[in-house]
Amino acid sequence: MEGMSLSEWGSIIAMQGFAGISLFSVLLLMALGLAIIFGQMGVINMAHGEFMAIGAYTSYMIAMFVESYAGWFMDYYFFFAIVAAFFVAFLAGYAAEYLLIRHLYKRPLDTLLATWGLSLILQQILRSSFGAREVSPPLPEWLIGSIEIAEGLEIPINGLVVLGLTAAVTAGVFYLLFKSRWGLRVRATTQNRVMSGAVGINTQKVDRVTFALGCGIAGIAGAAFTTIASTGPTSGSLYIVDTFLVVVFGGAASLLGTIASAFSIAQAQSIMEFFMNGSMAKVLTLLTIIAILMFRPEGLFASKIRK
Amino acid sequence: MQAIYRNVFGGKSGLIGLLILAALIFVVMPLSMDIFRLNLVGKYLTYAFVAVGLVLIWGYGGILSLGQGVFFGLGGYCMAMFLKLEASDPQSTAIQSTPGIPDFMDWNQITELPFFWEPFHSLTFTLLAIIVVPSIFAYLIGVTMFKRRVSGVYFAIITQAVAAILTILIIGQQGFTGGVNGITDLKTLLGWDIRTDSAKYVLYYVNGALLLLCILIARLILATKFGRLLLAMRDKEDRVRFSGYDVANFKIFIFCVAAAFSAIGGAMFTLQVGFMSPSFVGIVPSIEMVIFAAVGGRLSLIGAVYGTLLVNWGKTTFSESFPELWLFLMGGLFIAVVMLFPNGLAGLYDKYAKRFIVSIRNMGSGFLDKRTFQKPAFMDRVLMQAKLQAIATWLGQIRPQRDDLKHKQPA
Amino acid sequence: MDTNTSVALAVEDLTVSFDGFKAVDGLNFYVEKDELRVVIGPNGAGKTTLLDLICGKTKATSGSIKFMNKELTKLAEHNIVRAGVGRKFQTPSIYENLTVFENLEVSFPRGRGVLGCLGFRRTPDVIQRVEEVAEQIFLKDLLHSEAGLLSHGQKQWLEIGMLLIQDPELLMLDEPVAGMSVKEREQTAELLKRICKGRSVIVIEHDMEFVQRIAHRVTVLHQGKILAEGRMEKVQSDPKVVEVYLGH
Repeated sequence: MEGMSLSEWGSIIAMQGFAGISLFSVLLLMALGLAIIFGQMGVINMAHGEFMAIGAYTSYMIAMFVESYAGWFMDYYFFFAIVAAFFVAFLAGYAAEYLLIRHLYKRPLDTLLATWGLSLILQQILRSSFGAREVSPPLPEWLIGSIEIAEGLEIPINGLVVLGLTAAVTAGVFYLLFKSRWGLRVRATTQNRVMSGAVGINTQKVDRVTFALGCGIAGIAGAAFTTIASTGPTSGSLYIVDTFLVVVFGGAASLLGTIASAFSIAQAQSIMEFFMNGSMAKVLTLLTIIAILMFRPEGLFASKIRK
Repeated sequence: MQAIYRNVFGGKSGLIGLLILAALIFVVMPLSMDIFRLNLVGKYLTYAFVAVGLVLIWGYGGILSLGQGVFFGLGGYCMAMFLKLEASDPQSTAIQSTPGIPDFMDWNQITELPFFWEPFHSLTFTLLAIIVVPSIFAYLIGVTMFKRRVSGVYFAIITQAVAAILTILIIGQQGFTGGVNGITDLKTLLGWDIRTDSAKYVLYYVNGALLLLCILIARLILATKFGRLLLAMRDKEDRVRFSGYDVANFKIFIFCVAAAFSAIGGAMFTLQVGFMSPSFVGIVPSIEMVIFAAVGGRLSLIGAVYGTLLVNWGKTTFSESFPELWLFLMGGLFIAVVMLFPNGLAGLYDKYAKRFIVSIRNMGSGFLDKRTFQKPAFMDRVLMQAKLQAIATWLGQIRPQRDDLKHKQPA
Repeated sequence: MDTNTSVALAVEDLTVSFDGFKAVDGLNFYVEKDELRVVIGPNGAGKTTLLDLICGKTKATSGSIKFMNKELTKLAEHNIVRAGVGRKFQTPSIYENLTVFENLEVSFPRGRGVLGCLGFRRTPDVIQRVEEVAEQIFLKDLLHSEAGLLSHGQKQWLEIGMLLIQDPELLMLDEPVAGMSVKEREQTAELLKRICKGRSVIVIEHDMEFVQRIAHRVTVLHQGKILAEGRMEKVQSDPKVVEVYLGH
C-alpha cells in the first residue's frame, strides 16, 4: 500500500464507503420490515429471510417471463417486479399471521420456534419449486455498469438504485406509520391494546396488516437483492441474524434507531473488511454489537419508560 | 435416605421412569441392534445431554438459548484436540514438512504447535477442560447478559449470534481449528483404538451412564429450593428479585450447568463418532437441539432423551429415503410442538397414558364397586380443573391490561 | 439532613424523569418508625413510581433515599430487600405453580445465594415460621394448595405474607385490598394494624373508607409532588385536594 497518492487513498476510502452504503441499504431494507413487526408487535419472525426470498423469486419469475415473452418490456420490468414482490410477500405474510402468528402473541419465545419451523417449510417449498441452485434474473441494461464520478472513482449503478429504493421505502414507512390513519391505529394498538379495542380499533386486523406489511417490505428487499446478488432457497436465512442484530441494536421500537444502526453496522463491517479478511471483520462487528448491547440492552435509541 | 429417594429419583413414579430409560439404553437397545445402529443411537444420545440442559434453562428457567451448540462444540473440540495430538505423533506424521503437528496445520503452513494446543497433550487437562472451558465461556456470556438483564428474545438472538461468531471463527482460522472439515482422523485414546466394535460398545455404555448421571444431577438441583426458585423466576422474575435474591446469579449458574452437560455430550460425540466439526456448533444445530427438548417436553428431563431419540430417528429414516419430506416434517414439528402440544411427549403421556392407566386400575380394583367405577379418580380432577380454569379466566378478565402489555415488552 | 432518630425513611429532593416527563418531581417524604402511611392521589400522580424508586425498580434521576441512614439509590434491588425493605406489587405477584407453603418458604430469608439455595433444608424452624405467617394471613388451612387456585384477595394476602416472613422494617403495599370482598377488606385492615407494629408501612390505596380505617397519616401526591400531608380529616378538607379529586 506504500506509494499511493492522496487522491488514490481518497477514492479507495470513497469506494469502500460506498460498499458500506450498499450493505447499509440491503440491511436497512430487510431490517425495516423486521423493525415494524418486532418493534411494533413484539413478534420475532425467524422466517423474515424467507419472505425476502419469496420477493426475490417473484422478481426472478417476472424477469424470466418478460425475457421469454415480452422482450420489449425488459427495461421496465424491474419496477413492476418490485410491486409484485411486495404483494406476493404481503399475501404470504397475511396468511402466515392468520394461520400461525396470531395464536402465539403472548408467547414470544414460542413464536420464535414456530417461525423457525415456518422458515424451514418455506425454504423447502422454494427448493422444491426452483431447485437448490442459486439463480439470478437477467437485469435490464441500464442497471448494469457503473458511473465514473471522478477519476478512479466508480460507483455501481445497481448499488445506487438499491440505495434510492431504500430511501423511498424508508420514507414510505415513515409516512405510513407516523402520518397515516393506519399508522395511528398501529401505534395506538402497540401502546394499549385493550384501550384501542375499546375505542373501536379492530386490533386483530391491525396486527394482521402490520405483520403482512413487514413481510411485504421484506419482499421488496428481496426484489432489490436480485440486482446485486444471486438468490437461493437459503439466501434469506443468511441474513436473518444480522438483520435481527440491526433491529435490536437500534432499539426495537425506534425506526430512526434502526436506520442509524444499519448504517453503523454496515460501515463498520466494510471498513474492517479493508483491513482484514471478511470473516474476521464479521466476527469483530458482531462482537462489537454484543459488547455495546451489554451496556445498552434496550438498544441505542430506546426511550426510557416506566416498566 | 428417604429424602434422597424422593428428591433424586422423584419417588416411585420418577424411579420407574428412570429405570425404564436405563433398561432401554443399557439392555433393549444393545440387544436389538447391531453395532452400527447402536453407535448411531449413541450419537443421538450425545445430543440428549444438550436437550437435558435445555430442559433446565429453558423449560424451568425460561431462558431460551439458541447457542447450545457452542458448548457442545467446545466440549467436542477439547476432546478432539487431545485425540488429534495423540494421532499426530512424529512417526505417523513423518511425511509432513513439520512432523508431530496435526495434519491440517501442516497443510496451512503452520510449523509449530500453537500455544493453546500444548496443554491438550495431557488427558487430565483435557478432561478438566471439557467441563471447565465451556463453563467459563457460559459464565462470561451469563455475566455479560444476565447482569445487564438481557433476557427473553434478546438473549435468544444474542446466543444465536454467538453461535454464528464461533462458527465463522472456527471456519476462518482453519490452521488452528481444522476449518470447515473440523478435526478428523481421530484414532486412539491413550493407545486404545476407539474405532473398534468393542470400543464402541464401551463408549456407548459410558455415554449412557454419563447421561443418566446428568439427569440425576439435574433432578437433584430441581429438587432443592433452587429448582423452585428457577420456576419462580421464569414466571415472576421481579417477585424473586424483590424477595432478596440476585436473579442474575441463579441464571448464570443454571446456564453454566447446561453448558457443562452439553460439553460432556460434545466430548462423547467426538469419542463415538471420531471427529468434530463446526457443523455441530452453529445456528442450525443449536436450534434443532431446542426442538429435541421441546418434543420430549420442555419440563421433562427424561422426556428430553426420548424427544432427542425420536426426532433423530425420524431424521435419519426420512432423510435417507425422502430428503425433501424431512424438512417439511421438521418445520411442521417446530410449529406443531409449539401450537398443539407445548408440553411435548411428556405432556401427552400425562394427559392420555396416565389417565388410561389410572382408569384401568380403577376398573380393575372396583369392577363391582359402583362408586369407584362411575367416578374414576381422574374425573374429579378434570372437573376441578375445568372449574378452576373458568374461575381463572374470569379473574383474568378483571385486569387484563397488565398481561396484555406484557407481550409488547419482550425484554 | 434530618437527624430525627424516629425517622425511618427519608426521601429528599427525589426526581425521576422519563424522557423529560417528571413522574416524581423534587419530592421530600419522611416516614417514621411504627408509622402506617397511606399515599393517595389521582392516576398518574407518581404513587407507584415512588414505590418503584424506593425499592430500586426504577433508578432515580436525582435526589436521595435514605432508609435507616443507609442510602438506597445506589443499591441493587436484592440488596435493598436485604436492607429491610419489602414491597407488594399492584397486581398480586405470587408463584402460581407453587403451593402456599412453598411460596412462603421461598421467601424465607435464608439461603439467598446460589449455594445457599442448593443446600437449603426445610428445618423445623422454617416450617414453624411459615405456619406462623400463614396463620396471620388467614391461609393456614390452605398451606398445601396451589397458589394459583387462591381467590384474588387470598393472593393479595399471600403476597403480604411473603413479605412478612422476611420481617422487613419497611413494608410497601401497592393497592393491597384491590379485588377484595367487604369482609376480606375488614380482615386486611386488622392485619395491617397488627403488622405495622415495630416497622414502617407505606400503603397506596384508592378506597377512602379503607384509608380512613388504617392510616396514621396520609400523603396526597399530585403530578409527582406532594399536595398535602397530615391526618386524614385534615387532608380531606384541604381545598387543594378537593380540587384535584373533583376538579376533573
